[in-house]
Amino acid sequence: MVIVGAGPAGVRCAEALVHAGVRPIVIDEAEQPGGQVYRQPPTGRARRSSAIYGFEAKKAVSIHRAIGDAGARIDYRPGTLVWNVYGDGLDLLTREGSRQQRFDRLVLATGAMDRALPFPGWTLPGVFTLGGAQIALKAQGVAIGRRVALVGAGPLLPLVAHQYANAGVDVVAVLDTTDFAAKRAQLSGLCASAGTLAKGLWYTTRNRLRGLVVRYGVRSLRATGAGRVEALAWREASGEECSVACDAVGASFGLRSEAQLAELAGCRFAFAAAARQWLPEKTPEGRSSVAGVYLAGDGARIGGADVAELQGRRAALAVLEDLGLTVNRGERESLDRALARQARFRRALDAAYPFPGHLLDAVGDDEIVCRCEGVTAAALRQAARDHAAVDINRVKALTRIGMGRCQGRVCGEVAAELLARACGSDLERVGRLRGQPPVKPIPIVASAP
Amino acid sequence: MSESLRVDVTIIGGGIAGCAAAVALRKARLTVALLDKSLCGAAASGVNFGGVRQQGRDLAELPIARRARPLWDGLNERLGEDVEFEATGHLKLARSDADMAQLERYAQDAAAHGLRLELLGTGALRSRAPWLGAGVTGASLCAEDGQANPRKVGPAFARLARRLGADVREHEAVRSATRGGAGFETRTDRLEVKSRFLVNCAGVGAGEVARWFGEDVPLRPLVPNMLVTEPLPFFIDRSIGVCGGGVYLRQIARGNAILGGGGGWGDADCSRSRPATATSLAAMASAIALVPALAGSLVIRTWAGIDGAMPDHIPVLGFSATTPDLVHAFGFSGHGFQLGPIVGEIIAELLTEGRSLSPLAPFAIERFAGATAAPCAPVDVDA
Repeated sequence: MVIVGAGPAGVRCAEALVHAGVRPIVIDEAEQPGGQVYRQPPTGRARRSSAIYGFEAKKAVSIHRAIGDAGARIDYRPGTLVWNVYGDGLDLLTREGSRQQRFDRLVLATGAMDRALPFPGWTLPGVFTLGGAQIALKAQGVAIGRRVALVGAGPLLPLVAHQYANAGVDVVAVLDTTDFAAKRAQLSGLCASAGTLAKGLWYTTRNRLRGLVVRYGVRSLRATGAGRVEALAWREASGEECSVACDAVGASFGLRSEAQLAELAGCRFAFAAAARQWLPEKTPEGRSSVAGVYLAGDGARIGGADVAELQGRRAALAVLEDLGLTVNRGERESLDRALARQARFRRALDAAYPFPGHLLDAVGDDEIVCRCEGVTAAALRQAARDHAAVDINRVKALTRIGMGRCQGRVCGEVAAELLARACGSDLERVGRLRGQPPVKPIPIVASAP
Repeated sequence: MSESLRVDVTIIGGGIAGCAAAVALRKARLTVALLDKSLCGAAASGVNFGGVRQQGRDLAELPIARRARPLWDGLNERLGEDVEFEATGHLKLARSDADMAQLERYAQDAAAHGLRLELLGTGALRSRAPWLGAGVTGASLCAEDGQANPRKVGPAFARLARRLGADVREHEAVRSATRGGAGFETRTDRLEVKSRFLVNCAGVGAGEVARWFGEDVPLRPLVPNMLVTEPLPFFIDRSIGVCGGGVYLRQIARGNAILGGGGGWGDADCSRSRPATATSLAAMASAIALVPALAGSLVIRTWAGIDGAMPDHIPVLGFSATTPDLVHAFGFSGHGFQLGPIVGEIIAELLTEGRSLSPLAPFAIERFAGATAAPCAPVDVDA
């Protein structure tokens, strides 16, 4: 029984299995549990949890402690990258080198990463993602700059603005690329998770009371500077052109699921229109299309940390049921009810933060789309035109887009968006970049195992 | 309702050979329909190592490899796009006296075909390629061999074929082909193509096409396994192979090192392939033995592709033994990339003149008459 990922989904799944007497192997890339959302400072650099996680400190500490509390009842393997799945085997990279791990059942709780979109200046030094800005603060206790502009299209924006302002950083602008009206329209749906909504409103209100420049419906972003970012300019919803001086920008536009291992495991994928991403098919209980492979948390669908915990526990029950063990019916039903409520909240949240397609409509020919390989929008568009290409993998072959170090994790969906625009196709039809191992780079080593 | 086409030539398979044949046939003013099950140049033609290599080939292949080589020099101009061909030279490495003796014998045989190979002893090799590992004792250099970007060549030929008026159809898997009084009838789910000639360039699927015409060939899937590193400072200035095989590698100008060796996993129906971890790790270890500076470089991607292989590792190329006006070109056994452009020309020669300028007798399908599908011996597949 193997769980990949020790964020909220993986940890709660492991805990539920331990309760039922199953001893899972938990493999995690990080050195300590928590995932990205509850990422811990390095050993020896501990700070007060309330200073790091704010309202979520109790949850964070509970996740951090769960694995340690289980002791030997969990086979916990931190600092280990799962770089491939084939059949019933995982390929691992540990400090000692490559090795393999077989499994009977596999729960993938692989989490999410920021969705980056190109805009003029997005590759300048000093431009980070919002998640990156937050990790710097949580894990290293540093900010990305002294005068920081933040840009987003999701609930992470008011949170990071709040955290940065609290940490004493001069937050010079908080720019939301989605309209305020969209949020107001979703109020009733957002009440499905009243606590989360209340926190969001609190961050937003605090940011305003502090006097932060908070704008909605922002268009036409441009980061400028000689050698590194020195200013961020934008167009207001009113049409007015604005700009602020800054030494760092945190900008990303929602999250994307890290579903590569599910693909390598052979899970069937379907195009998810709301996420604008191809995602592994899964049942509400967490079963994938492959028998014995389960999915939980943001790695399969963006739902946030609370949903990840619920899904981790629910996937554990599915595993136990599939093992022929009895599960507590009351627990199962209460989880299913909570997940249904959260699904209503998520639909409203997605509608409150619609995908900022206007940024992609505005991507100029000179813009770099694939940072690893330096491929511009012009190269993508020319390949699409010259070869009448409507398949993203064909454009990859012709332009090297998505063939670099990140293997399309950053640029893959953006390239698909731009290709769909270039050939007048819908996003689903251009397909998705094929996943190939390793999901992250592995070193060439002398000894085969 | 299926769509009907009538052309002079139907080509099954849009790899480099099929697309180059479409180009050559259009130049000969024949009408052409080319059918590919997915995208042109996306299978073995597109995911191979990218070696444009003559040395080390079966002597029977050398005449066509020699004819293919000058085509690569003019390919960018002809195709109207950069396929990244560079005559970097190819070094075949020796790790023992026996290896060196083998290279010396091959150099003599190759000379008879006009292929000049330069034999390098340990000292000469060290001064030319100081980055080679201590276990390498000598090499044979073919200065005119080189490398190109396989992902670009097939699509570029397909695009040229289209510009010249070939009817190139992608995502059209051929379900059946038959020959009647009026010629061939080839069907996909949506198309029915009538033609006087039929060309079977269907790669790993070519065995099935041949069987439709009563020709049972022992074609086996071959799944070359590849790796590529992140960009490194450029230092591997030759394409590298080694006696006994196991690994082959090259570095492109932007710095990525590409290594291959051994086999990956192929689906039973040969529609998908996957790299195999044990193979990838073994290739890494072998690569470090040859080029120690590669140790610690990061591999960013591994992949595999499926080619068709014959038991004697040379292709079937020529007329069908059972069916007039049917030409086979398949079974390139993991080293067809360099040959692709000339195979297109040869197919056109066969259909327009009834014969080729090149000696094709060794590639006749008749050599497998009565053969059953015997297991393939392991083979060095560095192209």
